[in-house]
Amino acid sequence: MTDIPNTFNLDGERIHFEPGETILQAALKAGHFIPHLCANPEFTPHGSCKLCLVVVNNRSGSACVMKALPGLEVQSDTPDLNHRRRTLLQMLFVEGNHFCPGCEKSGNCKLQALAYDLEMFNDHFTHFFQPREVDASHPDFFLDRNRCINCELCVRASREVDGKNVFGIAGRSLEAHIVVNSPTGLLGDSTFAKTDRAAEVCPVGALLPKEVGFRKPIGARLYDSAPISQTPTAVKEEV
Amino acid sequence: MNMRPPMKKLKVATASLSGCLGCHMSLLDIDERLLELVKLVEFDRSPITDIKSCGPCDIALIEGAVCNSENVHVLRELRRNCKMLVAVGACAVTGGLPAQRNRFDVGEILERCYCEMPGTQSKVPDDPELPLLLDKVYPLNEIVRVDYFIPGCPPSGDALWKYLTDLISGRMPRLDYQSFRFD
Repeated sequence: MTDIPNTFNLDGERIHFEPGETILQAALKAGHFIPHLCANPEFTPHGSCKLCLVVVNNRSGSACVMKALPGLEVQSDTPDLNHRRRTLLQMLFVEGNHFCPGCEKSGNCKLQALAYDLEMFNDHFTHFFQPREVDASHPDFFLDRNRCINCELCVRASREVDGKNVFGIAGRSLEAHIVVNSPTGLLGDSTFAKTDRAAEVCPVGALLPKEVGFRKPIGARLYDSAPISQTPTAVKEEV
Repeated sequence: MNMRPPMKKLKVATASLSGCLGCHMSLLDIDERLLELVKLVEFDRSPITDIKSCGPCDIALIEGAVCNSENVHVLRELRRNCKMLVAVGACAVTGGLPAQRNRFDVGEILERCYCEMPGTQSKVPDDPELPLLLDKVYPLNEIVRVDYFIPGCPPSGDALWKYLTDLISGRMPRLDYQSFRFD
């Protein structure tokens, strides 16, 4: 029996993978960017943002949960898929309250960076302007639910790495929001600490450190000079 | 940029609804290229010309969100008269910072500002000449059809120049990565 090489095709390029890796992990490792928001190779895949949507052997699926297998034909950077990703981003933008001009995370925000990369000129859909609560009770961190995209990265980081289970999602549809595991429901009364892994993983400005806002000037921020798809740190999650 | 002037100058109207006029400042920020621009276009209704109502135009550049009845009136007038309507800047495109009031009830905001704050006269202004506030602040595309969008707060002079010259020359407008900004 001949050995089948551990490679698959991504947009016509041959990508090597280790058995057990997902398509997204293998692609990122090979320096091939697939847009993603809720995925982080460190934690259990969630498959909720659907931005890493790819077509595998003519079927759609999320690259963050689909295992890489030898010989797969994967399409990612196609006009059709990018159009669908743009629509998903537009839905995320109208669902929350994303006021980029006044946000501390602007320039370092993955949601915004993907919108730039996919040339999202407008939000297209009718805005909900759903009122969401801000929790400033913690001495070191804000929890601004207006900017939350319910990716559950903080939920997973707190559960899987910190072993604290500080965060969770409650409610459905527009009412879905982050809840905090503390007697009062406030972040300040929970066991959350600024050294937690959960404090570093938020891709948007929902979980923000205090007293460091706007420290990096415009022009020096993470996604100011190059698109997220060409930023080497795109794989590594940055605050 | 060297561009052959079109046979007939295009007519451009600009307006600032609920904005800070920052996008118009950006338009002035194209500096000496303004001289090139006025060779290509003629300004109709605009804070620059101080003409208050608009005739038939080719391009409307509108900054600011829609927050009161006068904004709706101006926006609809521009839509009726202009072939191409461009939403310029974060407020026009997404509602922007004025839309931060949308989580509150407009009646409560007025009460708070005019009746409860120290030094106020305990009366919400009701002069019939004042335009009524809308219940929410809306981006332009939730009121009228919008043809093009230029994001940014404000879009840079370079972004406006690139977008405008693309539009005037009949190309599909694109912005380079540095000019494509939400902030």
